[in-house]
Amino acid sequence: MKLYEKTAHELHDLLTAKEITATELAEDVFSRVDAVEGEVQAYLTLTRDEALEQAKTVDARIAKGEKLPFLAGIPGAIKDNICTKGTRTTCASKILEHFVPPYDAAVMEKLAKESPVLVGKANLDEFAMGGSTENSAYQKTHNPHDLSKVPGGSSGGSAAAVAAGTAIWALGSDTGGSIRQPASFCGIVGLKPTYGRVSRYGLVAYASSLDQIGPLTRDVRDAANLMNIIAGHDPMDSTSSSAAVPDYTKALTGDVKGLKIGLPKEYFVEGLDSEVETAVRKAVEDFRAMGAEMKEITLPHTKYAISTYYLIAPAEAATNLERYDGVSYGERIDGADLVEMMTNTRTELFGEEVKRRIMIGNYALSAGYYDAYYLKALKVRTLIQQDYMEAFKSVDVILAPTAPTPAFGIGEMVSDPLKMYLQDVCTVPLNLAGIPGLTLPCGVSSAGLPIGLQIIGKPLGEETILGAAYAYEESHDYKNKIAAVGGEKA
Amino acid sequence: MKVTKEDFENVANLSRLSIPDSQTEAYLSQMDAILSYMDNLSEVDTEKVKPTTYALPMENVFRADEVRPSLPRELALSNAPLQEDGYFKVPRVLEE
Repeated sequence: MKLYEKTAHELHDLLTAKEITATELAEDVFSRVDAVEGEVQAYLTLTRDEALEQAKTVDARIAKGEKLPFLAGIPGAIKDNICTKGTRTTCASKILEHFVPPYDAAVMEKLAKESPVLVGKANLDEFAMGGSTENSAYQKTHNPHDLSKVPGGSSGGSAAAVAAGTAIWALGSDTGGSIRQPASFCGIVGLKPTYGRVSRYGLVAYASSLDQIGPLTRDVRDAANLMNIIAGHDPMDSTSSSAAVPDYTKALTGDVKGLKIGLPKEYFVEGLDSEVETAVRKAVEDFRAMGAEMKEITLPHTKYAISTYYLIAPAEAATNLERYDGVSYGERIDGADLVEMMTNTRTELFGEEVKRRIMIGNYALSAGYYDAYYLKALKVRTLIQQDYMEAFKSVDVILAPTAPTPAFGIGEMVSDPLKMYLQDVCTVPLNLAGIPGLTLPCGVSSAGLPIGLQIIGKPLGEETILGAAYAYEESHDYKNKIAAVGGEKA
Repeated sequence: MKVTKEDFENVANLSRLSIPDSQTEAYLSQMDAILSYMDNLSEVDTEKVKPTTYALPMENVFRADEVRPSLPRELALSNAPLQEDGYFKVPRVLEE
């Protein structure tokens, strides 16, 4: 087994035991980059020189006999909407083509204490708006399991890198499913934490009341370890939770006896691919066989989640993206006066989906429509949240598909934005309610594409969903299957 | 059409976007499809429901009012498209 195929915890053990060096590991991952990145195109920026320097530093620490933090020397990818001091951060938008953040996001400061090796900045849908990474202004990322399919999105670069072996772990962000859906499409583990569990400071804002940073990894143990590093209160993000951060790895007991699992009938309805349904129902049976108790539940407002989300998120986006005015940072297209300069800048440098969401958002916020659209959506959001709180009175976790289908074809949905939005039906309700959700592989379609199982938890219930996911993962062999990119044997 | 041409132009202006006439129809029909789908929200009785803006129950968050170092001017200006004498530079706003 090649080094790039291993999990972070396996590699940590090898580094600690001095069986490998961080430099060997970094070179192995970059050799994988050289072999497959041309086809996968997961990265917008590669930071090879810095990575090899970081690896050398870790090797020096190993030589001195220092105890290594978990991520020391382990190569990872960062979604390119997370600010990295001194390294270009584009949000896959032309408007930030040359933006070099003068500061690090809070998660980058936390990671820095671990001395990881950073492979580069991963592709995304422009400003994280999309579910296929096709809205990147720079390149289309391909699903490593089938290069004709999308990797999902918006964290498609992060997911594809982990699945292709060009990163061992990655960070993404999830506003309406942007960690979970690409993780599901690429056959890896992805966790959207509770809103506020991880600081958003330095995450370029899309929809501030929904955005959350989380890990994409090869297995559940790595996700738990990454949560140990990135979770916690941050004075720079006043919406971050001050709840104590547990050791998430302690929850990985493999025992789900007596765990009460809810099955929401609203998630198993029309539009759900039959192979996805079969795989998820099989997973439900496997949990039952492991001693969990099943209960049918109802989340009656689920059918309003797409409408609610696609009003609230664009309204917040329209406001957040006002800052791209060609004045203080980002690119500028000149005009005769200030307003013309701003209009030219935004018109020429924002992509179509970004413009569409700004238009819908400002429409929903404008005089005469505010009550009917935006305020109405905020009220329905309350009902969606109440549905979950009612359900969690009698269950510990909820099981559902992560996405209604396996990965779809590149170009298949670009002409129909509404159809693309409807793909998010299983993921957006969690963001509206602020609760955590984890996806992990639970099967493979007849076409060879991964299928994801979503485990939904209570607010701050990450330990419970990680524990349930670990028990499932331990009893199956889907974990850590590196994609044979383009038919090449991994 | 739910969105009138007048509304559309108003929203484009508010958004500081200039949508060429050749694309207006495509935008209008996509916005119409999306907003028509969203009409399903009108079925929901929200008469007595309070709006949720943030998912976590959070009141105002306060911190001590202390002076702390902030980003140096040079760094704050480092990504500016145009700067002069330590300021952001923009096209003329007022007529002479």
